[in-house]
Amino acid sequence: MALSRLSSRSTTLLQPLATTSLLRRRHISTDTTPITVETSLPFTSHLISPPSRAVETSSQELLSFFRDMALMRRMEIAADSLYKAKLIRGFCHLYDGQEAVAIGMEAAITKRDAIITSYRDHCTFLGRGGGLFEAFSELMGRTTGCSKGKGGSMHFYKKDASFYGGHGIVGAQAPLGCGLAFAQKYSKEEAVTFTLYGDGAANQGQLFEALNIAALWDLPAVLVCENNHYGMGTAEWRSAKSPAYFKRGDYVPGLKVDGMDALAVKQACKFAKEHALKNGPIILEMDTYRYHGHSMSDPGSTYRTRDEISGVRQVRDPIDRVRKLIIAHDIATEKELKDMEKEVRKEVDAAVAQAKESPIPEPSELFSNIYVKGFGAESFGADRKELRATLP
Amino acid sequence: MASLLGRFCRKLVVPGSAHGSRMISTTACDSEAVKSLNLYSAINQALHIALETDPRSYVFGEDVGFGGVFRCTTGLAERFGKNRVFNTPLCEQGIVGFGIGLAAMGNRAVVEIQFADYIYPAFDQIVNEAAKFRYRSGNQFNCGGLTIRAPYGAVGHGGHYHSQSPEAFFCHVPGIKVVIPRSPREAKGLLLSSIRDPNPVVFFEPKWLYRQAVEEVPEHDYMIPLSQAEVIREGNDITLVGWGAQLTVMEQACLDAEKVLDFIFQLKDNWFKVSNMGLELIMQEGISCELIDLKTLLPWDKETVEASVKKTGRLLISHEAPVTGGFGAEISATILERCFLKLEAPVSRVCGLDTPFPLVFEPFYMPTKNKASSSSSLSSPLKKKRHYLIMGLHVWCRYWMQSSPLLITSHSICFFR
Repeated sequence: MALSRLSSRSTTLLQPLATTSLLRRRHISTDTTPITVETSLPFTSHLISPPSRAVETSSQELLSFFRDMALMRRMEIAADSLYKAKLIRGFCHLYDGQEAVAIGMEAAITKRDAIITSYRDHCTFLGRGGGLFEAFSELMGRTTGCSKGKGGSMHFYKKDASFYGGHGIVGAQAPLGCGLAFAQKYSKEEAVTFTLYGDGAANQGQLFEALNIAALWDLPAVLVCENNHYGMGTAEWRSAKSPAYFKRGDYVPGLKVDGMDALAVKQACKFAKEHALKNGPIILEMDTYRYHGHSMSDPGSTYRTRDEISGVRQVRDPIDRVRKLIIAHDIATEKELKDMEKEVRKEVDAAVAQAKESPIPEPSELFSNIYVKGFGAESFGADRKELRATLP
Repeated sequence: MASLLGRFCRKLVVPGSAHGSRMISTTACDSEAVKSLNLYSAINQALHIALETDPRSYVFGEDVGFGGVFRCTTGLAERFGKNRVFNTPLCEQGIVGFGIGLAAMGNRAVVEIQFADYIYPAFDQIVNEAAKFRYRSGNQFNCGGLTIRAPYGAVGHGGHYHSQSPEAFFCHVPGIKVVIPRSPREAKGLLLSSIRDPNPVVFFEPKWLYRQAVEEVPEHDYMIPLSQAEVIREGNDITLVGWGAQLTVMEQACLDAEKVLDFIFQLKDNWFKVSNMGLELIMQEGISCELIDLKTLLPWDKETVEASVKKTGRLLISHEAPVTGGFGAEISATILERCFLKLEAPVSRVCGLDTPFPLVFEPFYMPTKNKASSSSSLSSPLKKKRHYLIMGLHVWCRYWMQSSPLLITSHSICFFR
């Protein structure tokens, strides 16, 4: 929803044209009358009674889901080609296939609720209101990026939207997320923290430490395990004795959600937020899938078959699900949706072109923000004889 | 001794081309069968031999089953079975702790940490458990069979979490050994020594060299002794100490320092009236560098470095890790204690900058050969000596060649670098 009004400056002109054209043809595209849709699967729960399968949504919401997910998908594919063209260096972990988790979560929460995730953060950043231009600039290491080009793919942050990033070390964000939740509870903000981690990170010790702390102090923390079934190259059944990650909390209630169904994710997150505000931590396991490999250096086909990947794409793809819903409820035609996708593609291309023109950070940026401004730290040259920079 | 070996097995280093290997070396001292291997293949061979020779040795870590992300463990699971070569879940602290336990039962546990940047969750286990096991149990128990292997160091595009050099943290822990090979041949021998050493060893492998370094590696089972540094290049003017991939960079700096400006040879042809002796003196006046590979950082071979510095009087240490608190500081302080009166210049450290390992700024951060060459130690040692010699020649030439004084002056100026 917030994403539809993206901060991509070059294409703000296109935006109103698109909606007006839709409005002229159909009158229900901005309609907010509730439509009730059933989720693909019932929720499985642990120590708690699950929410209902019937989700309330509206045409406007469904269309925004579609557009935003298409944008995310397009962005990831563009990042793929940019990486292969060596414009993005370092590591690049793509989220395509998992868009429903980011979108559904955003639909259920506000910008005051904090999100903290792992290195697969491009789409989460976009969901939080981040711009395409900032995202591509950051990927290519330019100053106009969201972390001023110093973070790269794994370190997207957005302070005004309470997006605490972007973490390279697996599982390190779990205790951080509980800390954020504590601060929110202390300040009586009526907000929760969504701490996302993967099935690989679920075996890290620090996760259990975080769970225990959150449960002990009743923190408003929602721990979301994005289970895409592969921890890099290791399948979940080979790394976990109990792949039922939603039950791993033991004394912490859990919910298993079909992570490819944006509406199910929305329902679950809404439910989880209410629970966390009243009763403390809850675990959500999002059963999702990533089409790309773990990162751009991983083809993604050495530990799973191509049939499996294409199978999931045909049967469970999140964008196709929403597309079918839209067509079934007569909200837009197939052609209109295709046009929307084309528009999204143009938007992404424009953002990429603009980002390519952006400048690389100044060399003096190497020494900035190591410590806070005001605390001097001197960085020496090669042999400590020559002073390269004195930090402000 | 290692230094003797170094003299006999003089390596001929061909500076790598832009596309090819970074260091191609040939050794004259091996008559056994050798094969041209890169670093990951050499390590793979070492692991095969280690598992073959000791039935109670195990290799485990994240993704080692299919060969590992750097292919160091290819073929091991197929050959030795899933009971001895197996994948672990993603939990470094758990993996290392598990390895310590296995080693405490008398087994050889070869643990792989996927990137040295991820070793920190296991830091507590290494420092508080592995390093102190023998000591605190009064020698009843020990985890000497533990070897932790981790790829370390910059790779060109690694960024914050795939490029770190954490060796300094571990060098501060009595009870463990820290070993870093510089090439495939060294890696195989050092890894076998580390696995068989009765102390826990942390073995850092320079990931930049996994594919880039190619060398003739003997196929048999051989070990290179730990805690013995090697003089890989002999010289008289300055000692350079390093380890791992940084040695290739330092070797380039040595070559640059030893080079004499090309046009001197042109001079020789044209200035037939100038005495040959004078020119030869200039031609010998490059800086002759002694390059030492430390190999084992803890406990390190102080004697070899000390002997070298006593000969040359100058020391330059280079490593990728940030300069403050890096291992170069320890070497510098120790050499200062031992060779104070023999030092002709302060000990120089050409290291990474005091910043987190950057993303876009990697070329600025890295201690490149230019930084080493322009460091005051390397460029100043013979300035004075050379200055007087040039002045002498200058005067001599003017006496002999009344014509073209301009030629003399411009060439002389170039010498004052």
